[in-house]
Amino acid sequence: MKHLISCEKVLIRNIDQGAIMKLNKILKKAFLVTVACLVLSACATSKKTGQMQGDVYTGTDTVEYLASGVPDRVFFATNETVLTTAARETLRKQAAWLRKNSDLTIVLEGHADERGTREYNLALGERRANSAKDYLMTYGISSDRISVLSYGKERPVDSGSNPLAWSKNRRSVTVKAN
Amino acid sequence: MIRILFIILLLVSPIRAFALIEVDITRGNLNPLPVAVSPLSIDENSRKSFEKIIEKKNIGSEISLIVENNLKTSGLFNPLNKDAFLQAPDIANLKPRFEDWNLIKAQALITGKVSFINEKLRVEFRLWDVLAGKEMMALAFTTVPNNWRRVGHIITDKVYERLTGEKGYFDTRIIYVAEEGPKTKRIKKLAIMDQDGANNKFLTLGNELVLTPRFNPTSQMVTYLSYFRNLPRVYLLDIETGMQEVVGDFPGMTFAPRFSPDGKKIIMSFAKDGNSDIYTMDLENRIVEKISNHPSIDTSPSYSPDGKYICFNSDRSGYQQIYIMNSDGSNVKRISFGNGLYGTPVWSPRGDLIAFTKLHKGKFYIGVMRTDGSGERLLTENFYQEAPSWSPNGRVLIFYRETKTDSKGKGFSAKLWSIDLTGYNERLVDTPTDASDPSWSSLLSN
Repeated sequence: MKHLISCEKVLIRNIDQGAIMKLNKILKKAFLVTVACLVLSACATSKKTGQMQGDVYTGTDTVEYLASGVPDRVFFATNETVLTTAARETLRKQAAWLRKNSDLTIVLEGHADERGTREYNLALGERRANSAKDYLMTYGISSDRISVLSYGKERPVDSGSNPLAWSKNRRSVTVKAN
Repeated sequence: MIRILFIILLLVSPIRAFALIEVDITRGNLNPLPVAVSPLSIDENSRKSFEKIIEKKNIGSEISLIVENNLKTSGLFNPLNKDAFLQAPDIANLKPRFEDWNLIKAQALITGKVSFINEKLRVEFRLWDVLAGKEMMALAFTTVPNNWRRVGHIITDKVYERLTGEKGYFDTRIIYVAEEGPKTKRIKKLAIMDQDGANNKFLTLGNELVLTPRFNPTSQMVTYLSYFRNLPRVYLLDIETGMQEVVGDFPGMTFAPRFSPDGKKIIMSFAKDGNSDIYTMDLENRIVEKISNHPSIDTSPSYSPDGKYICFNSDRSGYQQIYIMNSDGSNVKRISFGNGLYGTPVWSPRGDLIAFTKLHKGKFYIGVMRTDGSGERLLTENFYQEAPSWSPNGRVLIFYRETKTDSKGKGFSAKLWSIDLTGYNERLVDTPTDASDPSWSSLLSN
């Protein structure tokens, strides 16, 4: 904007008053449009960063709770089976809850988004659920208490065809089995 | 269905060198061959008898309609409008007036006759070369009246074979997954229909999730994945008897099943502890063999038609790619090297090509490549499509396509589509419900 204003000053010397008024108007409009664009894009990005980090879902829309403060699911990046920091935190809470309730058994249901072939997604879902299982086991939960079930892309929670919906669907959900 | 009596009464074997008409199916056919399908003639007594049995007014016209529709959907033939036909069906079948058929630009003519003999349906038909003024083929079939649609398909197969030099694919069926309900709670059933969409039948009730049915290339058996009792396992289904049995009862998920070319083995993935590998099971002695052994995901196996090789999908390079190996699991080689991800490799019944699904820059493609990975050709691009299955003659692929939903998650549909190997003749395959995971049977007769 600074650059534009200095331009204006130079122009004043050569152009009559009416032209300057017009120019001012144009510049004002341009300024308003630019500001509006910046605000809008800021809104859009803040919305995104609010619910996704990279392409991993970080929101709570679809999350249910196994107990107070114990979320039931963790989310993955596209084609990934590696647990994020947030996913590990959730699983540590689940592990603590499972240690407290030692008679409980669980099923880890692994899911993929719709942007992959059916059979590969079945394998991917199985691998995601096993990532969660392995982590729970390192926090002292016996594998006897955990079974794994992959749904591939068969059971999305969000039926949208957009990156946010897909991020909610790439998940491993811990479900009480008894 | 199998009980069709296949008696060839007349057989005039024409010498190929004399035939003027030939249809080239190796390239996109932009000038389909004009063919006249004269309604099969029928005497009044026979017509009445069939009307009672199959509840169609004129079985002769119905059969010729099937032939006409088949020829049209093949994209290689252009069946001419019957209104322009000058010669009566019964006389045309005896001796066509070739000048008349020439006048309406027909290059080939199909005529025939239907009769009701000893409670059986007898159909004879002839294929004529209009330009040369010669009979090219004459055949007759006798079968039970309820097989009348199949007679239409068999006639088309014979005509197709005579004119293209390759076996047809019309007397075949498609098994697929019928889908209903919202995307988040889809109900899926196994369904089967004739290749032209007739005789649709649901084989399961939809109580459990079923996926990826595949035909045995040698019989009417099907292998598929069922979530019966929430245990995803590979099952075997006999379509004739309705008998089902679990074959992949391993301590984990078994999926991605397919038959070996001789129909004696099932090849599938077995997933345990986050690792999917490829296994085979001999259906006779139930011996299980581990074929691939790698900590990555190995899935979607498909045999070469000679049974010597297996193509499969693996992410051992970091992403989904297509590999081939010997049928014992040795000599694993990656063959897909283009940009993007590759999945669902299926070996052509002719042996020379592998069909696949490709994901590149947010678009899905159905394509083919040679078995060494060279000559990649993408046939169709869309928002989402996958799972090609070959027609038994290796000339057509059937696959499924899903639509993008709107911002509210509405507008989802899944449908079957077919496309010629040439990339031409893309068609929606009509099904009563939404549909996915199609598998094409081999020819039911011969």
